[in-house]
Amino acid sequence: MKRSTLLVNAMLIAGAIVVAFPLLWMFSVSFMPRGAASAFPPPLLPPEPTLENYRELFSRHEAWRYMLNSALVATFATAIALVLNTMAGYAFAKLKFKGRERLFRILLGALVIPAQVTMIPLFAMVKGMGLVSTYGGVIIPSMASVFGIFLVRQYALSLPDELLEAARIDGASEWRIFRSVVVPLLKPIVITLGILTFLATWNDFMWPLIVLTDQKMHTLPVALAGLSREHVQDNELMMAGAVITVLPVLVLFLALQRYYIAGILAGSIKG
Amino acid sequence: MRRSFAGWWFVAPALIVLATFFFVPVLAAFGMSLTDFDIYALTDLSNLRFVGFQNYRTLLHEPLFWKSLGNTFYFVVLGVPLSIGASLAAALLVNSKVARFRGFFRTVYFAPVITTLVAVAVVWRYIFHTRYGFLNYALGFIGIDPIDWIGDPKWAMPAIVILAVWKNFGYNMIIILAALQSIPDDLYEAARIDGASYWQQFRHVTLPSLQPVLLLVSILTMAGYFQLFAEPYVMTEGGPLDSTKSVLFYMYEEGFKWWSLGRASAVAFVLFVIIFAITLLQLRIGRREATV
Repeated sequence: MKRSTLLVNAMLIAGAIVVAFPLLWMFSVSFMPRGAASAFPPPLLPPEPTLENYRELFSRHEAWRYMLNSALVATFATAIALVLNTMAGYAFAKLKFKGRERLFRILLGALVIPAQVTMIPLFAMVKGMGLVSTYGGVIIPSMASVFGIFLVRQYALSLPDELLEAARIDGASEWRIFRSVVVPLLKPIVITLGILTFLATWNDFMWPLIVLTDQKMHTLPVALAGLSREHVQDNELMMAGAVITVLPVLVLFLALQRYYIAGILAGSIKG
Repeated sequence: MRRSFAGWWFVAPALIVLATFFFVPVLAAFGMSLTDFDIYALTDLSNLRFVGFQNYRTLLHEPLFWKSLGNTFYFVVLGVPLSIGASLAAALLVNSKVARFRGFFRTVYFAPVITTLVAVAVVWRYIFHTRYGFLNYALGFIGIDPIDWIGDPKWAMPAIVILAVWKNFGYNMIIILAALQSIPDDLYEAARIDGASYWQQFRHVTLPSLQPVLLLVSILTMAGYFQLFAEPYVMTEGGPLDSTKSVLFYMYEEGFKWWSLGRASAVAFVLFVIIFAITLLQLRIGRREATV
């Protein structure tokens, strides 16, 4: 083997070890008995693996509750965002209506505004609507997104007009065409948008932290942040908490990786 | 006629949601920043008073605001180049023709991007632990004395930068990788025929071809890094001595700890204007370099 081949592959392996180490160690420590991780030198593998940390999380700290909250919030937000963004993205690409181009340009302009600017008035609104500490309150900012509309529009532009015209001549209504012709053709981008939205809402922190004042309603990240402040020294328990937060999205990503990466690439071409 | 109507029906639900929960709040944020909106106004709007630019003036004289602004700039100035450097290096390695198992390495390098920030911040807080953390243990092998990463005001922000680079570099790596793969092979061919070394090929073929995409990722990364919040919230709680308090952290405390929602809105708006101005600046510099 040539020296450059050896060097490149050695660097790739070294990089992978550094990058993967925190996640691998998180798994390993989560199976260590209490206090085993507070030792020097830091142990790499549990001396005697135990599920004690997970048991404590689920029994004493009611982790199942936060898991359920996270799952429901991410699922509801994804379902609504998929319907609204797909409909709008398709219309911006394929249906002609007055002011379409100008409207789309305004939406794209809004991409430069960070969502945090809206958080304070949004909290006042959500409070006024009585939605503080409810699932409805958390999913409000994720229900529709300019990025999602943009993503679907770019994909829908490539749909053949003849196909839609043929369906119209057959007398199908616009809604019917959307349901039975367009949505099946948009399936790849719908999956991409779905996984992007699900992961974003599952991982989201600042808005749920603000709007979920009742601890019973906390999502996993908010609950974990609170728990980690009380249990600074309980490394094994905290690693177990990190595992149950990260594992679902990690598995989902590994299963649907292709679609996720397609979404990133489609989104970055806007520049 | 029918179709022009249908189009509106299809965009209406998304537009109504965006208008109500995005565009109205953006305008309201500016409006609120001109008032003394507080916890009393939250329950009864008649307690609201218009104060003009008073909130902005107060911010100018608030040392903690300046400190958080300085911290955020420090994070951006240190974090953005390191992130993009790591992304570029990883993309070049994964794209290398002699690399094996490229798909596997791409997945490993990308994995931190999709992890939950709060969870990995908890993990890294443990890795940074002065006595039991793995980082100090590893540094010990190359003769570096234990560093009090989280407890020393000098090291807390670099620790957060390390976490952010680890978490984010995979995202830009994917974008740079796609750009690398679109550089035509003939360019390298021609350079090789001219006797260009690897370094010269990188300098005169790869970098110029990547210039637009590097500008794009630096703008996106910069805008993202200005919104630093969860990392210090979980890892350092803004400390020690406020050395990791970011602008958004300051806004969060003003708004939801002290309930000065008017002043918090002013903070949000200042941050927005800064991000916007720096984006424009980067675009202008990028465009000028492109024409040279």
